[in-house]
Amino acid sequence: MGEVLVYVDHVDGAVRKPTLELLTLARRIGEPVAVHLGAGADTAAATLAEHGAAKVLAADLPVFAEYLVVPKVDALEQAVAAVSPIAVLVPSSAEGKEIAARLAVRLGSGIITDAVDLEAGEDGPVATQSVFAAAFTTKSRVTKGVPVITVKPNSAAPEVAPAAGTVEQLAVTVGEKSTGTKVVSRTPRESTGRPELTEAAIVVSGGRGVNGAENFKVIEDLADSLGAAVGASRAAVDAGWYPHSNQVGQTGKSVSPQLYIASGISGAIQHRAGMQTSKTIVAINKDPEAPIFELVDYGVVGDLFEVVPQLTEEVKARKG
Amino acid sequence: MSLRIVVAVKYVPDATGDRHFAEDLTTDRDAVDGLLSELDEYAVEQALQIAEEADDAEITVLTVGPEDAKDALRKALSMGADQAVHVEDDALHGTDALGTSLVLAKAIEHVGYDLVVCGMASTDGTMGVVPAMLAERLGVPQVTLLSEVKVEDGKVTGRRDGDAASEQLEASLPAVVSVTDQSGEARYPSFKGIMAAKKKKVESLDLSDLGIEEDEVGLAGAWTKVDSAAERPARTKGTIITDEGEGGKQLAAFLAEQKFI
Repeated sequence: MGEVLVYVDHVDGAVRKPTLELLTLARRIGEPVAVHLGAGADTAAATLAEHGAAKVLAADLPVFAEYLVVPKVDALEQAVAAVSPIAVLVPSSAEGKEIAARLAVRLGSGIITDAVDLEAGEDGPVATQSVFAAAFTTKSRVTKGVPVITVKPNSAAPEVAPAAGTVEQLAVTVGEKSTGTKVVSRTPRESTGRPELTEAAIVVSGGRGVNGAENFKVIEDLADSLGAAVGASRAAVDAGWYPHSNQVGQTGKSVSPQLYIASGISGAIQHRAGMQTSKTIVAINKDPEAPIFELVDYGVVGDLFEVVPQLTEEVKARKG
Repeated sequence: MSLRIVVAVKYVPDATGDRHFAEDLTTDRDAVDGLLSELDEYAVEQALQIAEEADDAEITVLTVGPEDAKDALRKALSMGADQAVHVEDDALHGTDALGTSLVLAKAIEHVGYDLVVCGMASTDGTMGVVPAMLAERLGVPQVTLLSEVKVEDGKVTGRRDGDAASEQLEASLPAVVSVTDQSGEARYPSFKGIMAAKKKKVESLDLSDLGIEEDEVGLAGAWTKVDSAAERPARTKGTIITDEGEGGKQLAAFLAEQKFI
């Protein structure tokens, strides 16, 4: 069985959930070898080992933080040279996709992005993708080079499968052209204490019907009662009511939670593209003709300012 | 010296239409009307603003695509771009992102550039990988996913809003930039702009003009293969109630039944 490189997405050694999902998918096609760039490899190694990483290739150079994307591509390219893997899996984050894109050019490899599932096939890994605003499901594979595949969050349930997780230092030479874009400053986002939008099991979103930034508290209260993440439609974000980092839809995040609650969202194609693979969909909207009702498992036609607070109270009461 | 800006754009099927696959599992371009990808309008807009700030600048809008893709170029020209380049060749049908980035890179080198501006992704393939691939192929800095961009004294600076942090970036020209839909609303073409666009130069190139072999592109030259495409089954019709004072409670009962509470 060949080795599968898994690029680790982490914050100072705290491994983010999509990476654990990648390890689970990697085990279906080979033996996972994690590539950890930046600080905290020893902390991360325990979690990575628990989820099936046979080895953890680690490199911690200041250039990874000082320059955009490319030094990480150098490192991953050199990891590929060291391991000769049968595939490279990268989380489908903005940065992950850019790393994968450049790696594919360098390796002369085909690339598949935003896979939602992965299985072993006779001619290499087969990736499932959800395309045209999730109206179609395709199955694809890479036909040249080492397959480079980026995988969306929530594509698999992380499984515990203890492996050695031996940490090995990866020697990385950073190319002259790799330090072209300097990161002059970095302002971390303030934590809301809520789950990450793309990783959350439940997402509560507000749209045009919320009608004002101050009214988003109604949405946040419901989210907090359920331990959910908060999303917003493009209309709400464009109006300046909620940050773009919370936008669900084609030009924002695409989410696939167990439960998606849409409040005051009509359900334009732009929005549907980002949420229609959610398992259970619930909507509250004044307009009975709103297209969102075509997608729902349960819909309430009514005023969200009546329905949502009542729901929040009821959730709190039931949870005790 | 004049600042040479190339804006790479894509002609896509309208996302609000009923998009399908053709028999060879490429995007069916006949089923739905095409247009300039909405996300590329932001790229054209930022290029125009950069050009307005510069003493002397020239914007070339570039696309790779079938005959109809000229519509996307005309739209960008009517917004204010100076000239256009259209790479068109029968052998291009079915080209993947890697092949597209190869053709774009060669065409950009053919035109000559100081700055390449792209949108964040196309609205059909939505991969968002071409800007990074272009920077890799051209061997110049990638300054991507910017919600704010500025060009001054031979440098490009901008703000990249990521999930974990917001970053301020800086690179020397020449460079490849991509801008998000947060970079600023794109202008509408004026009547004057539409009339002027009709007289602007659109250069047509084929693969041989760019020194690209046919087998490097197209469906046969693609390094990925789509084996199947299935329409997602319609969701089963759910329960819809009208709130008569107890809507929130009824919804809570549904969520409890589904074990969410």
